Amino acid sequence: MEFLLIKFVLVVIVFVISLGIAAYSTYAERKIAAFLQDRVGPDRAGPFGLLQPVADGVKMFMKEEIIPSNADRLLFILGPCIMMMTSCMTGVVIPWGHGLEINGTFYPVQITDINIGILYVFGVVSIGVYGIMIGGWASNNKYSLMGAIRASSQMISYELAMGMAVIALIMTTGTLSIREMVEQQHGFHWNVFTQPLGFVLFIICAFAECNRTPFDLPECETELVGGYHTEYSSMKLGFYLFAEYINMFISAAIISSLYFGGYNFPFIDQLGFSPNILSIVGTLIFFGKIFFFIFFFMWIRWTIPRFRYDQLMHLGWRTMIPLGILNILGTGVYVLYKNGQLHF
Amino acid sequence: MQLTNRSKIVVNKEMTFAEKIYLPAILSGLLITIKHLFRKKVTIKYPEQTRPVAPIYRGWHVLKRDEQGRENCTACGLCAVACPAEAITMTAAERKKGEEHLYREEKYAAVYEINMLRCIFCGLCEEACPKEAIFLTDRMVPSDMVRSNFIFGKDKLVEGVESNTRIDISQRTTAHRHQ
Repeated sequence: MEFLLIKFVLVVIVFVISLGIAAYSTYAERKIAAFLQDRVGPDRAGPFGLLQPVADGVKMFMKEEIIPSNADRLLFILGPCIMMMTSCMTGVVIPWGHGLEINGTFYPVQITDINIGILYVFGVVSIGVYGIMIGGWASNNKYSLMGAIRASSQMISYELAMGMAVIALIMTTGTLSIREMVEQQHGFHWNVFTQPLGFVLFIICAFAECNRTPFDLPECETELVGGYHTEYSSMKLGFYLFAEYINMFISAAIISSLYFGGYNFPFIDQLGFSPNILSIVGTLIFFGKIFFFIFFFMWIRWTIPRFRYDQLMHLGWRTMIPLGILNILGTGVYVLYKNGQLHF
Repeated sequence: MQLTNRSKIVVNKEMTFAEKIYLPAILSGLLITIKHLFRKKVTIKYPEQTRPVAPIYRGWHVLKRDEQGRENCTACGLCAVACPAEAITMTAAERKKGEEHLYREEKYAAVYEINMLRCIFCGLCEEACPKEAIFLTDRMVPSDMVRSNFIFGKDKLVEGVESNTRIDISQRTTAHRHQ
């Protein structure tokens, strides 16, 4: 009973935090866009425009909800639901902190530590493609369908390269559990130093998976009117846009836990604090890393132009995947050499 | 035939490896954008802040009064004649007995209207005026939703009698010139 209660509280906290961060990511995106372009950005709603996400949310709810008469009603509603659900589900396996020891019992700050954590993330993310595909198809609009096809082919192509990058990581760490991966990076033994190429591949694929610039082709005003959510309005559109920001938050969390040590930070043992305080500091640092990567996502968005669709596919299939295979080979040699099974 | 020396020969050279992998270019681009993060913002938050305007800016017109608070305008119509946009219309009237404290001379403008949508703010009315009655000021004409609201009558043009409602035009070079 107590177990369930703790898990329930954790689920609610993670859910609320992901929603909150996603809401404020929209604000941050607009602010950062403005700052990078020497502007001020939204500053009318509340101090520094901090109530802007609230205003946006209210606006989204108040908008007229239109379901096209020829659309498949069930699937039309199902699309954004799947999208929102899958993006919220990935947060389950991420270890947000080492854990707190209260009255002799150890409570890990993680909803569940399944031993195939990273595979679970991949599985859920690939279900997310259905959200886009179903939504685009159910709209009964050729632009939506084309946008959906673009989005799903892009996400499927880059999932391969992302998988390759993670396979190399699994070879060095020898585990599929994200928590164990993070524990192995204790201190400053971050995976980015052993897997630099894998990290570059992973972050590029993460951009493509989140449909962020320079891979934001599913939404294209000039060619596709709006992309897969052309026919969507009101909060269903809001769900699509919102899910994208949750995805960004989750992928920032996964990047920082796979390659940047998660809640570990340098000189963790030399500080001499009690484990509980270290755990709290670690969680804060983990969120710092996440915010940096969210900022990085936005920074990239306002720096480089988007790819053309053929360039996107070219990069995905003819550059990323061969590089991923190369990385696996190199990692194999490295692992064998480290284990002393390779003699030159 | 070469007309200018600005023409450039296009070189379609093979990209080097560093250029092909894009990452150095992306990094230098990131450096450029991050520099802008700390730049001074160019935005002027309009209702609170306004852009500084030269004292000789030609904006919203004013119909001046003299020191005793009498309207300078005698409805001679020279401003309307001078106006290239034909924005000024007026109706002249004769000053009645007992109105000497309102109008400086025997004739005055009963109706004086400037269509601010027609006006090109050239300042020719100001130059044409023999009585130093009309001046352009550094006040902006505010926006509005209705076209008819842009026809400014005497209520919006004539300055007030009290010293605090007077419009200062002493900075205008044309005013110096007339003195």
